[in-house]
Amino acid sequence: MTVTTRTAPVRADAPAEPAQRKRPRVRPGRLGVHAFLMTVSLAFLAPLLLAVYASLRPYEETAEHGYFSLPRHLSFDYYKQAFSDSGMGKYFVNSLIIAVPGVLLTLFLASFVAFAVTRLQMRGGLVLLMVFTAGNLLPQQVIVTPLYVLFNKIDLPYWMSDSMTMYDSYWAVLAVQVAFQVGFCVFVLANFMRTLPMEIVEAARVDGAGVWTQYWRITVPLCRPALAALGTLQFTWMYNDFLWALVFISNGEKLPVTSALNNLRGQFFTDYNLLAAGSVLVALPTVLVFLLLQRHFIAGLTLGASKG
Amino acid sequence: MPLKTARRAGRRTGPRKFSNRDLAVIGVLLGIPILIDLALIWGPTLASIGLSFTSWDGIGDIKWVGTDNYQALFSDYPPFWPAVRNNVLWLAFLGLVATPFGLLLAVLIDRGVRFSRVYQSTIYMPVVLSLAIVGFMAQLVFSRDQGALNAVLGNEDNPVDWLGDPDLNIWMVLIAAAWRHTGYVMILYLAGLKSVDASLKEAAAIDGAGEVQTFFRIVLPTLRPVNVIVLVITVIEALRAFDIVYAINHGRNGLELLSVLVTDNIIGEASRIGFGSAVAVVLLTVSLGFIVTYLVQELRGEKKG
Repeated sequence: MTVTTRTAPVRADAPAEPAQRKRPRVRPGRLGVHAFLMTVSLAFLAPLLLAVYASLRPYEETAEHGYFSLPRHLSFDYYKQAFSDSGMGKYFVNSLIIAVPGVLLTLFLASFVAFAVTRLQMRGGLVLLMVFTAGNLLPQQVIVTPLYVLFNKIDLPYWMSDSMTMYDSYWAVLAVQVAFQVGFCVFVLANFMRTLPMEIVEAARVDGAGVWTQYWRITVPLCRPALAALGTLQFTWMYNDFLWALVFISNGEKLPVTSALNNLRGQFFTDYNLLAAGSVLVALPTVLVFLLLQRHFIAGLTLGASKG
Repeated sequence: MPLKTARRAGRRTGPRKFSNRDLAVIGVLLGIPILIDLALIWGPTLASIGLSFTSWDGIGDIKWVGTDNYQALFSDYPPFWPAVRNNVLWLAFLGLVATPFGLLLAVLIDRGVRFSRVYQSTIYMPVVLSLAIVGFMAQLVFSRDQGALNAVLGNEDNPVDWLGDPDLNIWMVLIAAAWRHTGYVMILYLAGLKSVDASLKEAAAIDGAGEVQTFFRIVLPTLRPVNVIVLVITVIEALRAFDIVYAINHGRNGLELLSVLVTDNIIGEASRIGFGSAVAVVLLTVSLGFIVTYLVQELRGEKKG
């Protein structure tokens, strides 16, 4: 445990090191490993490729010859159709309205709780940490009903919600997302902050820095790798969420893009190729975010995972 | 341990620890998340437990009915036991198949093969997809008439209805769920393995331990914190499973899950909130077993420093 504490942050700052470690040593057994990994990778990728392939072909063709046949026509028509006919742009915006503030708010609140629990030496810090972590582990369905009732009882002014209640507004989904995910982020960030030397905060305290300065100016900047990893993960989760929107939003116009996919199915339930195009479009943002932030992501996760 | 000594030292020697401004910052920034957590997570959890003893339909009066809901649930609610069985299967499949497979992949990739980043990204890719999309892709692969699996097997003349057959479909869905879970587990173990001290492995190798021996005797025990996280995540994923079956057939005809039953009873037309809450409490009870186990582990780790 102490070993991981020391090595983890260094690795994150110096990505060159693991790369060096990975330099292949020549050994015949490697070939078998490669064959195995390549097979698994292809098997994992196959359904994705199949979906992309299906989305490029007209429905009549696959209906006649199956999804696993040679192409006769290939076009991006379904993408145009999935995007424009279903008004997907609007649903994308809905998803972003929830996911972007959700991620920022969650990271902000969670990082302060983690900071308070690990850096301020408060009484009851551990209990607090557990209350949050355990909260994240509860099954979501357990809290659905009371929240449904609660959100129906909370009135909001018209400018905040056209339903005049918290129910059927973005606020409801946003609030639940934040409440649920803060637990996970507190857990990861607290683990991360424990790996930072206490002396940094103590020195700042001696210099007369207040709690806010110790948190915002000193601790948060050091947590950048962990925050980047969590940001990626949280964006994926909030963007992909399905249940909360299903339960707390009744107006179809406000649904996030994942549920809109279900609408697409309702309208064109036979056209699986259109649905394939829709799925690829919906999946694109998370895949892009992951590919772009991959390096940070794995580095940051190392820090969270290595300290249970 | 360092935490404790620091705390004691701080209390004895330091001047007054927090100024009024500090207290205000702490009060607001700690108060808001605590309030949110209590109001939106723990409060509703307790309320759910309370509602499970009532016959509330969401509109009328809340009437106390004692354990009626639970009795009805266990004795005459046909989808209940299939749902329990499927949740247990889910847990067993993710825990005994997908998780070890993810660990194996992590170990192979961590040995430093060429292209490891490519393998790693490819295998992780399904994790970033929404389970709703995974459910849809499962249909592309497994559908009876044009699905890829039947085409690969070449049994178009006598096609298997992979998702429609109530004896088969749960396994197909499990494969789809494992597709995602494996990548998740792999990345967690990969992260853990990167922080295992290399000199430990070298020392074991010098002492003549084989690779397999080194792994099980040296590496796996040092991964204990990751093991705990993976275990908890596996259990929670198994109990929370919902999106994928909902996307395929709304969790019917062989794909029943407790989470679906809760949703059906609560937001379905029946609106049997008391009853749905009773299902939710069953789910909660199972989860709490694992949550408490995890918390005890955490506490112990904390004490050791």
